[in-house]
Amino acid sequence: MTLERPKHLENEFVLYLDGVNVSFDGFKAINNLSLCIEPGEMRAIIGPNGAGKTTMMDIITGKTRPDSGTVLFKNKIDLTQYDEAEVANLGVGRKFQKPSVIESLTVFENLELSLKGSRSVWQALFHKLSDEGLTKINDILTLINLEEKRDDTAANLSHGQKQWLEIGMLISQEPELLLIDEPAAGMTDEETMKTALLFKKLAKNHSLVVVEHDMDFIAALDCKVTVLHEGSVLAEGSLDTVQNNQKVIEVYLGR
Amino acid sequence: MINNQTMNDSSKLKLGPLATLLVGDKGGQRLLMALIAIAVIFPFCNLVFPQDSIFYISTYALTLTGKYLCYALLALSVDLIWGYCGILSLGHGAFFALGGYAMGMYLMRQIGERGVYGNPDLPDFMVFLSWENLPWYWFGFDQFWFAMVMVLLVPGTLAFVFGWLAFRSRVTGVYLSIITQALTYALMLAFFRNDMGFGGNNGLTDFKEILGFDLQSAETRSVLFFASAMALILGYLISRFITNSKLGRVLVSIRDAEMRTRFLGYKVEYFTLFIFVVSAMLAGIAGALYVPQVGIINPGEFTPINSIEIIIWVAIGGRGTLFGAVIGAIAVNYAKTYFTGAFAELWLFMLGGLFVMSTLYLPKGIVGAVKNIQQGDGKTSQLYFFLKEKFASIKGGA
Repeated sequence: MTLERPKHLENEFVLYLDGVNVSFDGFKAINNLSLCIEPGEMRAIIGPNGAGKTTMMDIITGKTRPDSGTVLFKNKIDLTQYDEAEVANLGVGRKFQKPSVIESLTVFENLELSLKGSRSVWQALFHKLSDEGLTKINDILTLINLEEKRDDTAANLSHGQKQWLEIGMLISQEPELLLIDEPAAGMTDEETMKTALLFKKLAKNHSLVVVEHDMDFIAALDCKVTVLHEGSVLAEGSLDTVQNNQKVIEVYLGR
Repeated sequence: MINNQTMNDSSKLKLGPLATLLVGDKGGQRLLMALIAIAVIFPFCNLVFPQDSIFYISTYALTLTGKYLCYALLALSVDLIWGYCGILSLGHGAFFALGGYAMGMYLMRQIGERGVYGNPDLPDFMVFLSWENLPWYWFGFDQFWFAMVMVLLVPGTLAFVFGWLAFRSRVTGVYLSIITQALTYALMLAFFRNDMGFGGNNGLTDFKEILGFDLQSAETRSVLFFASAMALILGYLISRFITNSKLGRVLVSIRDAEMRTRFLGYKVEYFTLFIFVVSAMLAGIAGALYVPQVGIINPGEFTPINSIEIIIWVAIGGRGTLFGAVIGAIAVNYAKTYFTGAFAELWLFMLGGLFVMSTLYLPKGIVGAVKNIQQGDGKTSQLYFFLKEKFASIKGGA
């Protein structure tokens, strides 16, 4: 569904959330949330447990329908009208908090399934991987450092490697917007820093929204930070500004 | 799962499309060879050798094995959705029975004037119920081709409608299993009713001919046996084609991580619906070949326990391998025939025990256990080597 572009939207936004509310059994998980992401922007989202970070991602990706509010993709596409698969095909990729790869398929097959292209049943039945596709998969394997694990089943990967594979799957979908939930969880310090570098590289031609608890990782991303609390934005700005914000300190240190 | 390396290598070797399908599928290769062999040998031994020859295979044994081949095709259809897509259908017996009824209706119309009441149009049970005319849904079933289309169409349509409603509402897991069970139960109750027009609890029976050939003759039985073997082979190849394709890998990913599959952009419900319908059609074909061999179809085929038994065959054979399902169906049914003859009351307990044992000691079925022993790991192989050692020491001691 295409909406009239709201008049106050003067800038181009990849993602535009305004006045979004959702509650589960009377509990307000998202409370009048507003957020804008510009093309090519990387945004880190932090917030204590239950702040609504994952619910926010569920709303953007069509998993949860908001009770009210606007969710626009590229200024014109109303994301609340689509289901998960449709949102994915519109160009929004999502990485889960818990690494979610297809365990009984090989690393290669995981990437092959994710590769941008037709998602129809018939196409899948008679699909043959093109040379172009093969090159893309090999490039991604190099990027995520899993060339040697190419033909291993994903179940045999370490936790960190699964995270990387999932990121690789996300990249091969070629989305415009990437939503990434706690990518550094379970990674070694070295892997974490590598991931941060990878994201900075990705941010050149994608928009990224990264939810993370690891402050070192966020510092390494070196981008604008949004703090969520009780379902709405508490503060926004550089990591320094946010960390010195009185309200943020109160929320994080407890009252 | 399929190894891309070998797939690429095989295409370089320029194998035929059929051979490419079975590269890396050792179990499947052996199974198909065995099936081709028995498809030829059984009818040959039945028809060529005299009854007192040791090579003679009785028509009874031939028909019995033909029946198991139909069960094997049914098990294959269940493995396709349960083993690969994770949908535990506890109502697949319904699709089998519907295929069987479609065939049964054709066979009923073939009886014609030779029925007890000699009515050229109405089957005996309708005359008995003093019906005047053939119900509309019996029209066309005097034509073989029409009946064969219905064998595919009826189970396929039911699976489509049922699957569409269930998968679209995202009914999964145990809830789906329960409603599939309810589906077959509801059909059973419906088919038991006389006014449904399918012969009530007696079902359809007393068949005389198929395509003008006497159903009791050894020749016709041999052809039906051969057809069952061919249907199983064809069903296997179709299933293997599906599981080898990218679609097969999408199914596996739905089984392993449904949400991930959705977020990759795949409409999960379309894929599950596709495989559910294909599977129901395979089950329908199995039922259609079963009925002329056993000579009867009645609402008993819809009983929930039948559908559960199919699951046990697949579990015991080895889920998610295709050939495991075939092995399981044939092995369990031979056991059933033997044990229900020897200790009739105990069979259900034994079947239950078999299921518990296979869950505990053969979590991947017979196929998985053989693989474990070959590779020398897992619980089963420990047990195997333990027994082997014991046996050797007993032998050595004596």
